[in-house]
Amino acid sequence: MSALTTAHSVVAASPRAKAIAGFFVIAYALMSIAPLLWIGATAFKLPSDAIAYPPKFLFEPSLEGYVNLFTVRTRQTPDFIASLPPAETWYDKLVRSRNMVIAGPSKVAPRFMNSIIIGFGSTFLAVFLGTISAYAFSRFRVPLADDLLFFILSTRMMPPVAVAIPIYLMYRELGLTDTRVGMILLYTAVNVSLAVWLLKGFMDEIPREYEEAALVDGYTRLQAFRQAVLPQAVTGIAATAIFCLIFSWNEYAFALLLTSGDAQTMPPFIPFIIGEGGQDWPAVAAATTLFLTPIVLFTVLLRKHLLRGITFGAVRK
Amino acid sequence: MAMQEQAERLVDGRAAEVAPRVARRMRGLSDRSIAWIFITPTIALLLAINIFPLIWAIRLSFTNYKSNLGHLPIKFVGLANYVDILTDEDVWHGMQVTARFVVSSIALQVVIGFGLALLINRGFRSHGFWTTVILVPMMLSPAVVGNFWTLLLQPQIGPFNYVVGFLSGVPPRSFSMIGDVALAPWTIVLVDSWMWTPYVMLICLAGLRSIPDYIYEAAEVDRASPWRQFWSITLPMVLPFLMLAVLFRAIEAFKMFDLVNLLTSGGPGSTTELASITLKREAFEKWRTGYSSAFAIILFVTVFGAANIYVKTLNRVKRR
Repeated sequence: MSALTTAHSVVAASPRAKAIAGFFVIAYALMSIAPLLWIGATAFKLPSDAIAYPPKFLFEPSLEGYVNLFTVRTRQTPDFIASLPPAETWYDKLVRSRNMVIAGPSKVAPRFMNSIIIGFGSTFLAVFLGTISAYAFSRFRVPLADDLLFFILSTRMMPPVAVAIPIYLMYRELGLTDTRVGMILLYTAVNVSLAVWLLKGFMDEIPREYEEAALVDGYTRLQAFRQAVLPQAVTGIAATAIFCLIFSWNEYAFALLLTSGDAQTMPPFIPFIIGEGGQDWPAVAAATTLFLTPIVLFTVLLRKHLLRGITFGAVRK
Repeated sequence: MAMQEQAERLVDGRAAEVAPRVARRMRGLSDRSIAWIFITPTIALLLAINIFPLIWAIRLSFTNYKSNLGHLPIKFVGLANYVDILTDEDVWHGMQVTARFVVSSIALQVVIGFGLALLINRGFRSHGFWTTVILVPMMLSPAVVGNFWTLLLQPQIGPFNYVVGFLSGVPPRSFSMIGDVALAPWTIVLVDSWMWTPYVMLICLAGLRSIPDYIYEAAEVDRASPWRQFWSITLPMVLPFLMLAVLFRAIEAFKMFDLVNLLTSGGPGSTTELASITLKREAFEKWRTGYSSAFAIILFVTVFGAANIYVKTLNRVKRR
């Protein structure tokens, strides 16, 4: 059980006080989760139901949103559709019933792939660099350590749009605009500050005795690091990795300003999922659901380390 | 085929030769050199991706460079960009919008977040589960969620107006959270608080849990009223945590771009045009690179200055 879920506090509240507290907290929780449930529900609505007035709370579920998300369709005359060989799949049938024909896959799959590759690439690099740097800051006397650590943190305070201006020019010179490599490097740089700070906290908590024993046994420093420290730090490294992954996954400003096609990730792409006349809300909702679900799962997984992650390790418990 | 095998054998042989040599060399490494080898890549990356571009931006901020017209000769204009920005009424208006956004969203988040933390800390049944539910919005992508809020807030078809209308009796079609000049600034505060109240709540909760029981027990013995206990025990002990939350939220709110860009993109008019959105317009729509670099530098200095002052205050509170 995590420290946060075990109540230990205070001179215990009365049952009535607890019930009142429970009522308000649950009411808030339901209110704050309602927009997300609405997104999940919209994904299963027909486009006409999604924009109905008054808003439809009950509706007949349909997979049209998901089909529209993954396909590009063209409108055809009924005669032309009748002249085609019979539809082979359920989604072909669904699209044809709307007087349209599937013309090919949409761009959503490659965009999702970009999110995954850039997310995991930058996470791997940031956690690798963060782990070794954090170890050095935690165990060795580094000259100006406090200044270096503050410098590392301060790079995170810059507004992304302001950072994007010179990065845009630099990437244009280097040919890194709209490339996955460019985005991975950029996200690594942003994430490494979090990784160093978080992992330094985790490393500080690992007793030095383990490596000292290993050193006495004739291990080198590096062997001691690999075999005595790293296994102890696994939980911290995993939590840090998830935080880095979530940042890269959610990032919008850099992706919007520095990518346009080949390396575009989901966040700048989703608002441009449009149907005939404006945003195709069921398809947008479907994309949003697919995009957000992993993060909701990660949040539950991370529950114990959430506090540490969002405060750069400043608050630990 | 044979050649490939031969090549592979050769490579294997090389690797076998190299490995012990590297290991031997590593064994000789002093702790000091390991420290440097471990830290240098991180610092080098940050210098390349953050500091070098920053220096470049400082240089450009003294020019009239336009990055869409890169072939034109770059002219140094001295401090003209800075003077232009600091004397421009629109920029000051944007700064006011930003300041109002930062102050009101933090105030709302602190009040609700602290309140929720106090309630959760009473420890009702299944509070762990509901705490996790409350935490979900802050982990999501502000851009993706912000985009969807535009549907939720539609006056015609959105459920928000419908529910507000249902509860208050105001006709749902009579107001527009995004399109109305008076409401839009509050809409961005509302959605930002929906996302980030859990953040303040979680940190306050940690603060509340850090207060040892015996202090309250002692207060009970002294017959201090609950009100008195709150003001002289709970609040002062949570204050450092609360201030930390405010610091982090203030920096993030000052940088705010994604949520608002998708929700209102600065409109209607310029009622929600935060500094980052002005900056994006100048840099990536009007392509005034020199001017926007100067603006970016001014924003950096503001964030750093404010953060430094704040951290100093925070330390003073902690010491007390």
